[in-house]
Amino acid sequence: MSIASAPPAIRIDDLRIDRGSHTVIDTISLSVPSGIITGLLGPSGCGKTTLMRALVGAQQITAGSAAVFEQPAGARSLRRRIGYVTQSPSIYPDLTTAENVGYFARLYGVRKDRVREVIDAVGLTSKKSELAGNLSGGQQGRVSLACALVCDPDLLILDEPTVGLDPVLRAELWEQFGALARRGKTLLISSHAMDEARHCAELILMRDGAILAHAAPADIMRRTGCGDLESAFLSLIRDSTDDLSPLRPHVIPEAVS
Amino acid sequence: MNPSILAATTARILTQVRRDRRTVFMILVVPALLTVLFYFTLSLQHAGPDGRTPFDRLGILQLGVLPCAVMFPITAITMRRERSNGTLDRLFATPMTKLELLAGYGSAFSLAAVAQAVIVTLVAFRVTDLHTSGSAVLVAMVCVLNAILGVSLGLFFSAFAQTEFQAVQFAPIVLVPQLFMAGVFIPREQMPGWVQSISDALPLTYAVEALKQISTHTDATPRMWRDMALIGVFIVAALLGGAATLRRKTP
Repeated sequence: MSIASAPPAIRIDDLRIDRGSHTVIDTISLSVPSGIITGLLGPSGCGKTTLMRALVGAQQITAGSAAVFEQPAGARSLRRRIGYVTQSPSIYPDLTTAENVGYFARLYGVRKDRVREVIDAVGLTSKKSELAGNLSGGQQGRVSLACALVCDPDLLILDEPTVGLDPVLRAELWEQFGALARRGKTLLISSHAMDEARHCAELILMRDGAILAHAAPADIMRRTGCGDLESAFLSLIRDSTDDLSPLRPHVIPEAVS
Repeated sequence: MNPSILAATTARILTQVRRDRRTVFMILVVPALLTVLFYFTLSLQHAGPDGRTPFDRLGILQLGVLPCAVMFPITAITMRRERSNGTLDRLFATPMTKLELLAGYGSAFSLAAVAQAVIVTLVAFRVTDLHTSGSAVLVAMVCVLNAILGVSLGLFFSAFAQTEFQAVQFAPIVLVPQLFMAGVFIPREQMPGWVQSISDALPLTYAVEALKQISTHTDATPRMWRDMALIGVFIVAALLGGAATLRRKTP
């Protein structure tokens, strides 16, 4: 399993995205290898969600290109291969867990027993006949995840999937993400919690629509000479702002914890 | 058009509607209750020289307006909800096409519209003793078409609302002018020329005209069929407009 020789799952070249007069993604290039978990980290508002929406074809691109499995992002042939979970659970509150997952199963044309499989996998077996609207926020997030898993996608794009979950559940979910990666699936998972970075084979650190670093967690720490990712990130931010505005060397990033 | 995706979407929307008791009541019972109420407001009036009571003349016309007026806001709000709660983004990340989504909405609410039309027509003819020269089946057909018209207009106008609250606000703007100009209260020929010209371009005009034809003619007239066909054209146009305003990619 040599990752280097396989074509990348995601390839982005000089991508720029403007929303109104505001540049949200500022000319970035990167390639995400397949078969591993890549963490997309950065403070809220740095462009993580916009980048993810561009990859599923929901976001207009201003310049440059984004490709998934060597096809332009949003291409019809990609729709069965990408599972996308938005930040807030996008499910139908007036349908039960099983009805929500079952609906997406029918849209993808997958067999019915797959519904029970994924509901079991996200730990909602006992909640399968309950209306999604009556579930807790964390449980709704897992219904949303189940709806994406039901088509057994090759690439999973998860926008902050572990926000608001208790530590046990978070650990369980990361275990499942790891298992998916071992089965050859590619996962791009955003988070603003640095402690989750250790589950990722590679990290993309974003700030203000730009990429500060893209490497394995150990490499990032080695390069910055920091003992943990939190200080490594701070050091990277300081370096980048030093270049731009030497008069403000100590800009404190918003909510990186 | 993938029939399995269409069927799944229709079933999903009908399940959601069924869970909301008040919406079910609004669709199935309210038009019939309003018909009965309207009957009583006219029940003391005497029949004209042609033997037709005021309810025979006016009651049939409100059957053309009510289904549209009930289905329009319900559809507009439901579609607006789909657009704002993130499920639309997610649906467009699946193999579903825009037309399949709209057709799913259209067919789910149209099935509800058929049930509504059967109930309101039965009540009008059996309970409130409506008399028409033409057949009750034709009246029911116009009711169904009108309800579907309300559905397609609701789908179209939901694109121009930012919130569910704004979606409801479209109801009086879209419906009341049509009601005034359609010839319910006074024949269109007695209106100023410019009002007639505007009403020529509005779908409810043809619903009211078709019902007037059924009211006074024993057999289906060519004019009635033309009116029904025109309502169908408006339905298709509104659905295509709805598809054009749905965007997979947002700026």
